Amino acid sequence: MTGPKIIFFILAISIVVFSILSITSRKILRAAIYLLFVLVAMAGLYYMMNFPFLAAVQLILYAGGIVVLIIFSILLTSQINSKLEPPRRSHLLSGALTAIAGIALSAVTILQFAFKPSSKPAIGTDMRTIGLQLMGTGENGYALPFEVISILLLAALVGSIFIALKNRT
Amino acid sequence: MDYAYTLIILLLPLVTFLGLGLLSKRLPVALAGIIGTANLFIIAALSCATAFTYFTQEAGEAGFEAIEAYKITWLPLTDKLIIHLGILLDPLSVMMLVVITLVSAMVHLYSIGYMKGEKGYTRYFAFLSLFTFSMLGLVVATNIFQMYIFWELVGVSSYLLIGFYYQKPSAVAASKKAFIVTRFADLGFLVGILILSFNTGTFEFQTLTSLQGPVIGQASTAAFMGLSVTTWALLLIFMGGAGKSAMFPLHIWLPDAMEGPTPVSALIHAATMVVAGVYLVARLFPAYALSAPDALTVIMYVGSFTSLFAAVIACTQLDIKRVLAFSTLSQIGYMMVALGVSGYGGEAGLGYMASLFHLFTHAFFKALLFLGAGSVIHAVHSNLMTEMGGLRKSMPVTHLTFLVACLTIAGIPPLSGFFSKDEILVAAFEHNKLIFAVQWLVAGITAFYMFRLYFRIFWNQTPAYHHAPHESPVVMTVPLMFLAIASVVAGFVPFHDLVTSDNKPFETAFHWSIAGPSIAIAVIGILTAAWLYARPSLRPDAISKSLSGVYTAAYNKFYIDEIYLFITKSIIFQFISRPVAWFDRHIVDGTMNFIGNSTVAGSAAIKRMQSGHVQLYIWYFASGVLVLALLILYLN
Amino acid sequence: MNLQAEIPLDYMIILSILVFFIGLMGVLIRRNLITMLMGVELMLNAVNINFTAFNHYLFPHRLEGHFFALIVMAIAAAEAAVAIALIINIYRQFATVSVDDVDELKF
Repeated sequence: MTGPKIIFFILAISIVVFSILSITSRKILRAAIYLLFVLVAMAGLYYMMNFPFLAAVQLILYAGGIVVLIIFSILLTSQINSKLEPPRRSHLLSGALTAIAGIALSAVTILQFAFKPSSKPAIGTDMRTIGLQLMGTGENGYALPFEVISILLLAALVGSIFIALKNRT
Repeated sequence: MDYAYTLIILLLPLVTFLGLGLLSKRLPVALAGIIGTANLFIIAALSCATAFTYFTQEAGEAGFEAIEAYKITWLPLTDKLIIHLGILLDPLSVMMLVVITLVSAMVHLYSIGYMKGEKGYTRYFAFLSLFTFSMLGLVVATNIFQMYIFWELVGVSSYLLIGFYYQKPSAVAASKKAFIVTRFADLGFLVGILILSFNTGTFEFQTLTSLQGPVIGQASTAAFMGLSVTTWALLLIFMGGAGKSAMFPLHIWLPDAMEGPTPVSALIHAATMVVAGVYLVARLFPAYALSAPDALTVIMYVGSFTSLFAAVIACTQLDIKRVLAFSTLSQIGYMMVALGVSGYGGEAGLGYMASLFHLFTHAFFKALLFLGAGSVIHAVHSNLMTEMGGLRKSMPVTHLTFLVACLTIAGIPPLSGFFSKDEILVAAFEHNKLIFAVQWLVAGITAFYMFRLYFRIFWNQTPAYHHAPHESPVVMTVPLMFLAIASVVAGFVPFHDLVTSDNKPFETAFHWSIAGPSIAIAVIGILTAAWLYARPSLRPDAISKSLSGVYTAAYNKFYIDEIYLFITKSIIFQFISRPVAWFDRHIVDGTMNFIGNSTVAGSAAIKRMQSGHVQLYIWYFASGVLVLALLILYLN
Repeated sequence: MNLQAEIPLDYMIILSILVFFIGLMGVLIRRNLITMLMGVELMLNAVNINFTAFNHYLFPHRLEGHFFALIVMAIAAAEAAVAIALIINIYRQFATVSVDDVDELKF
């Protein structure tokens, strides 16, 4: 067992375990915290795959933004101490069946395919490269998606404010 | 000579109808009668003028020519088969114009008095105008299709007027009966029109009756059950005529139609509409005479039987209007017989001329009889002759005019009825001795029942009236006097010079050998009636008792209504309508209901899926995606 | 650091599949709207693992997967914002965030 392998397994196991905990916990705030752990472990995975910028964004945006937002809404809508009702047996059964069937189908299908790892040299993921590509308009440039995303975020911002607005008349 | 102005004759009553109908609430009530009557007098004057100019024109080689005064294309069905609307003037239609407008004018005038104070006074005059319009349209029709349209319009206005007292259940029933029976007959008429036009490719009367036309000149050889197609078509058309003219066995509506106001009975159910059948046969007479003599034979027997049958019933009825109704049946039977025994052209066409002559005179004296009866009813407030009697002193004008009418219909010279009936008897005598004997007998019965009526109303014993009967107002007696004069002088119209089968004048001779016996039997009938009814006596009862079976049968109109009821209720309703209704309700409706119910049940069963639970939707979606993926990846 | 020698791509994919279906199950069984939203976040992250893994293992000379993951994150943020606005509105309307009680829109 090499170092990276050990780290990967720790990360992978914690992702899976915390995901399961997150969706089964009957205390909603705990579920949110488990989700936070999953997201942090995911950031570690990105870091392992040599995407430090993505890992940073994951930490800032997910852990710092979305989870906080979720906790906020939990505090707004629920009593923290109250336990959630357990899922209905029929829901649990059908959900589990669907999930297991989906896992089986996807795994069997994908594992039949032999991916050939590339031997090309990696491009490097320093900030300069990412910045140039993200703002680039030529080949390997992502300026257009970037702008589209910015418009989407603006729309989401305005939309959510409008939806959540009190006393609309 | 330009006859375009005859369009006014046709359209003025229509305008009156629309005006009175639409403004009935706004118009002062008294004005309605005056407007309607004034209109009728105008068109009566116009009609008489038309007749005068038409008949005084120089008759050419071919006799009086038919003139199409007005004609528009209405429905071009195919290149050849075109339906026109127009005005056809020939001796027949001009004569009818005069009869209709004169009688209608008199009836309008009379109605002002008769209907005074009735509810729906304006409506009454509107309907009368509608009727006049329809009847005029019928007689001036240039083609058989136009005639059919007005034929139905006449039926509708008759329906409306019979049902005028619509609060009375019996009037409603009578109007329905009249409408249904005539509609049933008109089915035959329509089928006949279709067959005829299919075979000849035309609707025009002028083509249909032309000697070189497709009906007569090139008669189709196609035959069905031993009779040619033309004969069948003409027989079916006669069925329509028999329905309107109330020939046996389609006569059952006419006695009931007496539920309408009496002037209406005078106009529609005595003088004009019921002779439409005669007019129809006369209009197509060359076709009947030359290409379907079998149909004419049928017409002759039907007419003869109806005249005898109705005359016998008339002897037993107590309702004076019903007596007159059966008398009308009998007289129309005479006209049909005359058509049936007639041939085409010249002397052979005597029956044709006699028929229309009788139509002409009958219109006046029968309208007079009805109006007289109306006057009596107006005074006594009853229709039953048992509640009348001794009215000759209190109603002198009615009495005198009624007597004139009775003498006319009985055929006493020199009144008009004598001449026209005599012509019919001559024609019958030359054609068929049996028919002649029957018609001669009917003449006697006619005289008997008319004078039975006369004596029961004006002589006999005076019953206790609620209030003393008095003579009717002048607006009612003037038409009576006019019609009485017309009844007297109408016989001197030289019909054989004017209205003949081939439109050419011919000479008629007067036969004392026929006229003598007919006068004799009429006198016998009158004397019998006088012996039985002039004074109160027990003799009528004794006679009716001794003939109990026959008397009861005749009194109940030989149970024809009951037979119809039996056939419709017990046979048609029971064995045809019920199963059809069952089939409709259970099979046809059942199928539809099943489809509808299964849709409803299906949606009720699956609508639970639309539960509003988002998670369920997600689950449908996710498992659907999985199943699709499975199918696409592994099962193809 | 190159993981190719150490960890096969299949491991990454299996991890992604597991997280994705755990997320789906969360959406299916949880009755609280907010926890359902968490399930959705899990599913989105599982997709991100895929994007980055394919980028890292198969196309290291380009950054497409990386940017896709970035965009997914942005969309996730937008989605979370709108979803939470909706949840708060629903809470105001029905005084509950239980998905079972919000079933007005049905037959």
